[in-house]
Amino acid sequence: MAQKEFAGHMVDVNEEGYFTNPQQWNKEIAAAVAKEEGLELSDKHYAIIEFLRTRFNSGEALSIRSINKSGIVDVKEFYALFPGAPLKKSTKIAGIPKPSSCI
Amino acid sequence: MKNILILGAGTAGTLIANKLRKRLSKREWSITIVDENKEHYYQPGFLFIPFGIYNQNDVIKPKAKFIPKGVDFIYSQIDKILPQENKVLIAEGKRELKYDFLIIATGTRIAPEETPGLLGELWHKDIFDFYTVEGAVALAERLKSFNGGKLVVNITELPFKCPVAPLEFIFLADTYFKKRGIRDKVELTLVTPLPGAFTKPIATKMLSGLMEEKNIKIVPDFNIAEVDNLNKKILDYEEKAVEFDILVTIPTNKGADMIERSSMGDDLNFVPTDKHTLQAVGHENIFVLGDAANLPTSKAGSVAHFAADFLEDNLISAINGKPLKAKFDGHANCYIVTSYSKGTLIDFNYETEPLPGRYPYWIGPFGLLKDTRMNYFGKLFFKWMYWNLLLKGHHLPVTSHMSMCCKEKPE
Repeated sequence: MAQKEFAGHMVDVNEEGYFTNPQQWNKEIAAAVAKEEGLELSDKHYAIIEFLRTRFNSGEALSIRSINKSGIVDVKEFYALFPGAPLKKSTKIAGIPKPSSCI
Repeated sequence: MKNILILGAGTAGTLIANKLRKRLSKREWSITIVDENKEHYYQPGFLFIPFGIYNQNDVIKPKAKFIPKGVDFIYSQIDKILPQENKVLIAEGKRELKYDFLIIATGTRIAPEETPGLLGELWHKDIFDFYTVEGAVALAERLKSFNGGKLVVNITELPFKCPVAPLEFIFLADTYFKKRGIRDKVELTLVTPLPGAFTKPIATKMLSGLMEEKNIKIVPDFNIAEVDNLNKKILDYEEKAVEFDILVTIPTNKGADMIERSSMGDDLNFVPTDKHTLQAVGHENIFVLGDAANLPTSKAGSVAHFAADFLEDNLISAINGKPLKAKFDGHANCYIVTSYSKGTLIDFNYETEPLPGRYPYWIGPFGLLKDTRMNYFGKLFFKWMYWNLLLKGHHLPVTSHMSMCCKEKPE
């Protein structure tokens, strides 16, 4: 398994750079991952990341739509905060697996 | 006398009713099935309606014809489930049905109202679904008078029923316009939230090849935000825009509204279900079969069919107070028509992506991830199997567990 250093901590990541152990995550590390993605994290970013982690920990599926339930931002603002691929970027920064689309 | 209550008389509900009536003693168990609709749809056939290959008569039969003797069929709206009281309210709450065991098989429906502008003035004029008979028939009429322009197929979001259907639709459209001699005047585009034609890498590679061969464009990573009816465009959340003359939409899919009224669903009204035992999470005497469940596999008739064997065994165990030992593996099996004469086939489960090979493993006339004539005839023959064998709970010559036999992992 690959390891990568963020903010002085070694974390386990998969080939796409997603954390394989969400326990190894903290806010400092999140900021470092975000930097690699070209993002500076604001309080709103952190609030969304908390929401995603809580939802992930309770075993609920993550989707673009579920952001509307966060009470923090709507989908459009979600895109503005994490441009391009908001769910892929935000889950990477949140230290949780990339949401798999089931077909 | 104890009661088994089944909600929904579609593919899943009908076939489990048939299986259970054979399995359980009529003296000890009554079985009741509730559905508000009297017509049973052969849904795989909807795909062929827009191109005039099938018409309505090919896909509709009375539901009652497939419900066995000894099962009570109640035609009624389902109001809500009261799981703590082991009962279901029907007929706008005027009547109640008690159960010892409940099977939820209320499926999924398209929810175009979830996307702003989709149900606007162009709905069923230039914007169509093909997941309802009405949509498929209206689209057939529109295609007849279409002499060229941009035909866009758009997947709104995941999950949606029969994940290969949009690809099949666009492949058939390619053949349809070729036959009419106007293929060069039609631009075919698939606009999808996925990063490619399909989710799983090996199948995506094969299917992308076919799309390229047929000159079908793909716009990936597109999450539709709204439809601009005036300028005939779909827009995503970053203001990417795709123009259309005809839009064929696969709208958001949701579980039944009744699930929401019962507070038993997730964001999309699908019921949280143990993916191996098929028991509703947190409810020992409730099971879920077919599209109504939130299982991480395809929403498709084949899944309901394979899962039914496991549900049947686990229900019997639950009745006898034994542990639920039957473990569903997420097995799905889908024909994919690729033209008017050829098709391919995919077979997969929770763990194994679709691989090339042959199917079923012991006779193997069908090629997995191979584009053959035999596969196309398999799809057409399946309609007969569906009405005559599958719904009635007869054994089909395939295994319920996915088999790795005769599959090859490409280098």
